[in-house]
Amino acid sequence: MDQSPPHPETQHQSVTFAEGLTLDCGRHLASLTVAYRTYGTLNAARNNAILICHALTGDQYVAEPNPETGKPGWWDNLVGPGKPVDTENFFVICTNVLGGCMGTTGPRSPHEDHPERPWGTDFPPVTINDMVRAQKLFIGHLGIEKLFAVIGGSMGGMQTLAWAALYPQHVFAAIPVAAAYYHSAQNIAFHEIGRQAIAADPDFHGGQYWEHGVIPARGLAVARMTAHITYVSEEALSRKFGRKLQEAEGLSSLGERFEVESYLQYQGSSFVRRFDANSYLTITRAMDLFDLAAEHGGLLANAFKGTKTRFLLVSFSSDWLFPTAQSRAIARALNHVAANVSFVEIKSDKGHDAFLLDEPDFHRTLRGFLSGCAEHAGLK
Amino acid sequence: MSPPKKMRVDLALIAGMVAPGSRVLDIGCSDGTLIDHLFRTKQCDARGLEIEMETVTLAVTHGLPVMQGDADTDLITYPDHAFDYVILSRTLQAVEKPREVLRQMLRISTHAIISFPNFGHWTLRLQLLLTGRMPMTQTWGRMWYETPNIHPCTIRDFFALCEQDGYIVEEWLAADEEGARTPWRRSRALANLFGEQGLFLLRKA
Repeated sequence: MDQSPPHPETQHQSVTFAEGLTLDCGRHLASLTVAYRTYGTLNAARNNAILICHALTGDQYVAEPNPETGKPGWWDNLVGPGKPVDTENFFVICTNVLGGCMGTTGPRSPHEDHPERPWGTDFPPVTINDMVRAQKLFIGHLGIEKLFAVIGGSMGGMQTLAWAALYPQHVFAAIPVAAAYYHSAQNIAFHEIGRQAIAADPDFHGGQYWEHGVIPARGLAVARMTAHITYVSEEALSRKFGRKLQEAEGLSSLGERFEVESYLQYQGSSFVRRFDANSYLTITRAMDLFDLAAEHGGLLANAFKGTKTRFLLVSFSSDWLFPTAQSRAIARALNHVAANVSFVEIKSDKGHDAFLLDEPDFHRTLRGFLSGCAEHAGLK
Repeated sequence: MSPPKKMRVDLALIAGMVAPGSRVLDIGCSDGTLIDHLFRTKQCDARGLEIEMETVTLAVTHGLPVMQGDADTDLITYPDHAFDYVILSRTLQAVEKPREVLRQMLRISTHAIISFPNFGHWTLRLQLLLTGRMPMTQTWGRMWYETPNIHPCTIRDFFALCEQDGYIVEEWLAADEEGARTPWRRSRALANLFGEQGLFLLRKA
């Protein structure tokens, strides 16, 4: 496997809140730093802001090249001038999530009590709600009372739902994409394989790997490989690779032979260069803990009682990680409280990853929905 | 938003029954023309439910609040009295349980507006009488073994069901195929013979 060194850490645009943040677990972070990027211009009424929430391994670099990898922004095809989330009309904000490793407070940040070393596995467990509370602080810092929209895919969709549930007065429109209101046993199981792989890596050193000048690259790569399989559909894998072999003289029991193997290994090795293992553990756990219904007496509809927020739910037909049934259940719960909800399933064979890819029907739907909402919000 | 379109005449008749500023659910809303119209001309909070995913996508693309769903299974998810009007246009004959759908409509809404093709129209009666086979017309254009219209009824049948289930017919009219109002207003028997569509405004007793 490719063992290139990690990308050097870069400086990220950020703001620090000296008051810190009290977490769901009861711990209080003495200080909170939120790394962010914005695109477009906030209008005088401060009512054209769209918050984008990123997924498990995403970051704040939505619509510009990532300074560490040099790759285009992860939602570059969706966000920008003239694009479905049009930065000529909207002020787009994205923050790195709490627990992340791109500048926001997380396991890689200096330890509160021992600033000479990172938090590592001492970092308190965080929840999706904690991430959202951190974002809310940041939005307040920008002087924005009400977001025009919150948009997010996958874990970003969980944050979007949490926003709508925690701060209904502050969200005009919510767009959870390929989302779920709880992490299923199957989802948790796949995450656990990843966590076990990281923990089993001798370079993990109980989470204190920086002390040894190493990273648990193998474990983290296996975690990424496992996760990656869940992001794609069987059909897409077959179409892309089938049973094609790499140039090889013959099959051996070990070593790269099938093309799909080397593809996965590439996914794994490029990931470890940009992502911190302890962050991965923290954020996957936050996803596993998410259950919006359980937070509201077991009834999801209770999370949205009296909501005035307009919702658009989008799922993808071949997504088996966050399947359409999940989005439909959310739509039905919103019906229970007579919320204004649109719901579409986009036909795609690209699996969960479809939300990141060029899916014209999805992009058209989102553009139209935002435009309709803008009219209702009096933005045009 | 979509540019103003010329609306089907029967939709215009339906729109005429809806009070301004009311909460409306249009079941089987297709591309959302009616809800768009109700929002624009009557400031209604109008939403749609549509079974065909491609049509839903089209409606949402035009900025309209529409969700994919099925009248037979999704109406139960709405709370009591969530709407002032629930509309079911040209769909009743195609649902699996028309009586239950009607019951749900009048549970979640104060009023129900229903339009359906009238199986009692004279051309259908004549065809059945003369040929002894299931009638085929523009409206009833598919063979019995593949038609989605599995629950045809006549205007009189519908009156009977309303009576049986205790719904008050606040307004009714018969219309021709294009949806233009026909003059059979005073006689149910004549409407049932000459009206191609029935249009009803119901409320619970």
